[in-house]
Amino acid sequence: MAAAPNPAGPVDPLAAGETSLVSLSDAGLAAPHSSASARGPWRRFLQRSPLAALVIQRLALSIALLFAVSIMIFGGIEALPGDFATTYLGQSATPQAVANIRADLGLDRPVTTRYVEWLGGALQGDFGTSWASRNSVSEQIGKRLGNSLFLAFFAALISIPLAVGLGMLAVQYRNRLPDKIINVVSLAAISLPEFFVGYLLIMVFAVQYGVATFPATVFDGMGFFDRLSAIALPVATLVLVVLAHMMRMTRAAILNVMSSAYVETAELKGLSAFRIIARHAAPNAVAPVVNVIALNLAYLVVGVVVVEVVFVYPGMGQYMVDAVTVRDMPVVQACGLIFAAFYIFLNMAADLIAIVANPRLRHPR
Amino acid sequence: MNDWTRHLKQQVTLGAMNRREFMGRAAAAGIAAASAGTLFSTAAEAQEPKRGGHLKLGLEGGSATDSKDPAKFLSQVMFCIGRCWGDMLVESHPTTGAAVPSLAESWEPSADASTWTFKIRKGVKFHDGKEMTVQDVVKTLQRHTDAKSESGALGVVKSIKEIKADGDNVVLTLTEGNADLPLLLTDYHLVIQPNGGYDDPFASIGTGPYKLLTFEPGVRATLERNKDDWRSDRGYVDSIEIINMNDATARVAALSSGQVHFINRVDPKTVNLLKRAPTVEILSTSGRGHYVFIMHCDKAPFDNNDLRMALKYAMDRETMVQKILGGYGKVGNDFPINSTYALFPEGIEQRVYDPDKAAFHYKKSGHSGSVLLRTSDVAFPGAVDAAVLYQESCKKAGIAIDIKREPGDGYWSNVWNVQPFSTSYWGGRPTQDQMYSTAYLSTADWNDTRFRRPDFDKLLLQARAELDEAKRKDMYRTMAMMVRDEGGLILPMFNDFVNASSKKVKGYVHDIGNDMSNGYVATRVWLDA
Repeated sequence: MAAAPNPAGPVDPLAAGETSLVSLSDAGLAAPHSSASARGPWRRFLQRSPLAALVIQRLALSIALLFAVSIMIFGGIEALPGDFATTYLGQSATPQAVANIRADLGLDRPVTTRYVEWLGGALQGDFGTSWASRNSVSEQIGKRLGNSLFLAFFAALISIPLAVGLGMLAVQYRNRLPDKIINVVSLAAISLPEFFVGYLLIMVFAVQYGVATFPATVFDGMGFFDRLSAIALPVATLVLVVLAHMMRMTRAAILNVMSSAYVETAELKGLSAFRIIARHAAPNAVAPVVNVIALNLAYLVVGVVVVEVVFVYPGMGQYMVDAVTVRDMPVVQACGLIFAAFYIFLNMAADLIAIVANPRLRHPR
Repeated sequence: MNDWTRHLKQQVTLGAMNRREFMGRAAAAGIAAASAGTLFSTAAEAQEPKRGGHLKLGLEGGSATDSKDPAKFLSQVMFCIGRCWGDMLVESHPTTGAAVPSLAESWEPSADASTWTFKIRKGVKFHDGKEMTVQDVVKTLQRHTDAKSESGALGVVKSIKEIKADGDNVVLTLTEGNADLPLLLTDYHLVIQPNGGYDDPFASIGTGPYKLLTFEPGVRATLERNKDDWRSDRGYVDSIEIINMNDATARVAALSSGQVHFINRVDPKTVNLLKRAPTVEILSTSGRGHYVFIMHCDKAPFDNNDLRMALKYAMDRETMVQKILGGYGKVGNDFPINSTYALFPEGIEQRVYDPDKAAFHYKKSGHSGSVLLRTSDVAFPGAVDAAVLYQESCKKAGIAIDIKREPGDGYWSNVWNVQPFSTSYWGGRPTQDQMYSTAYLSTADWNDTRFRRPDFDKLLLQARAELDEAKRKDMYRTMAMMVRDEGGLILPMFNDFVNASSKKVKGYVHDIGNDMSNGYVATRVWLDA
């Protein structure tokens, strides 16, 4: 799913930036040519305003993709053993209570009818009510998504500048002590599983010294600064987890560009180091770095269920897992669609930034 | 004063024992009730319940799917919240398990135990200020038993045929005699609600000692004391905060850093480490839940009772309790009842690990080759390890066990109650009758050992309607012996409920009814500054 909307594909941090640039211009912008009838006008539009064309094409694709995701989720839940009525009642299920719940929710009707009904509601922006808690899905998700974004925003706010900064520092002192320290520490951080990092931080800062807030539960009516203090430890954990990936990509991408012939030419021309990096090297290094940042941002929003559980943080991940456990279809569907939309949006944003930064990509061959 | 009473006194002073426990143990030691009472009050002067404070609980088991409707209560968190804001008609005694009055003042069965008259307490107010009436009780029971019921208690109360108000009384007519009816009404789903909850099942308005203030499913709930509570012997703290913590390590960290006062489900593997923390107390209570190895009595090779006996004698129960439960449990005796049930048949000989007897029965059974055991860690915590331990103890008796590890997802639909020999878990039931009816009656859907004996079924129905407790206990003994010596159940252990609290928490009542002081923990404890 992740690879489909992103023509560049997941980027290997150790691979050179060039490969992803090539695949971006080849696959990403050449795709619409498959439609032969629309070829003429579409091609002109593409050349005049490639950015707008890309956005339109991606939006169309994402709608199709979201549709496919909803079918997959629906089918997946149907395929899981047990339906909502049996899993929700668990050991206290009696045949009569199960039948009553099925009748109440309409689970006794055919699969296709139920899917079409759900789709009809969703298209009108109505995600229905949770089967289990009977609360409005939109309202519940609003809160949980807000929490997830709050956490992801602050983790990104710290980790992205830090990663790019450390990456540049590593390039500056390449193969010398600072570079080696940065490398070893970041490799160590990425090698430890996130729950372990989380437990370590809890043990040191919450149990041993009692300086950090734990559990990180946030709730309605909690002040902004209380919330900030509550998320300190989970943010620190997430920063450690995502830092190394982005830092190493920055280092690899800049090093790769810095060793190319045209940078050498610039140096020989006598340009200042800042001018070389900012004007000549950076635009070519941006694409792979932005792609990695986008993947990590997506992870921060949709993939942090383990961190949520460890720190008792009420985010989207835990919400979806709870819903899958009892086959609460409306909630799972809504969560799945939001997660997919985030992946699509972030990857699209990454490609756009890469194109804006690098004029060569605006004009496909 | 002998050493034992001195020990009891000390326990009281330390706050390790409350009045009920003290009286119980003092009585067991042969001290007359009156003098025991005096002993307690002198020892417990410093231990009078204190009112006030904010109690924080970190509980496992809540989920974003939790519903505020008592009929749909499922998780440990909702169990605990429901006990705070609501009352049932009947409660069970924490140490004897007998039915004691709550919203019903008293009750009277007909001679055949098929019609029951409950006298409803007067002058009890709901949180919204309205007085609780007989009609509210009738409606509540109707909502849980009517044709459209989606209640988790339906299995317990489905034998109620007719619910009638009669002056200050509610008269229940059953489809058959049932001497356990009062105990069945202690079920935590059966919270008495205004108009039975027909108007608004999610209102969380009841007669309990606390009012629900805020509730975010799977996250957090807050409650404040109900100043008009009809009982004075509960509801000591001013406010309660329940935080949903599904990670065992997070709960332990929160307790040891003083962020919460009480946590549930302490992992037996780490409980001995937690014990060392100076501010923490481990609260372990005997429970009805049991870890089992189940054989289908009607499928080869398990249709041979000698093979079943061989496999029972080959179980090393003591080792299981030590290794799998970390010592926080009791050995089982191959029938699903232990001393936490009312009318427990005492004195049945404990079955112990005996490789010689196992080998004898194994030879007699004529079986050869290995026996296939299916397991998965979802069956119970440590089930795969337990299977390996069992394989070892069987080997010493010359019985070869093959272990097949099954996927966790779908274990309860594809393996349990389907395959002839597997590991499983039972959560226990409020009464012996319920336990046997759910899993040992010939016609039961969940008869997971395929134990089918008409004489057993007949005895079960007879015992259900028997009001004479001595006769009834005798019948339960006969039934226990049938299951123990001829059934397909190998029951190595009953697990304890292991909770932990800060030492500031006083007055915890070890309740044999269920986990977390039968859900009443927040209403029974107080905070010592």
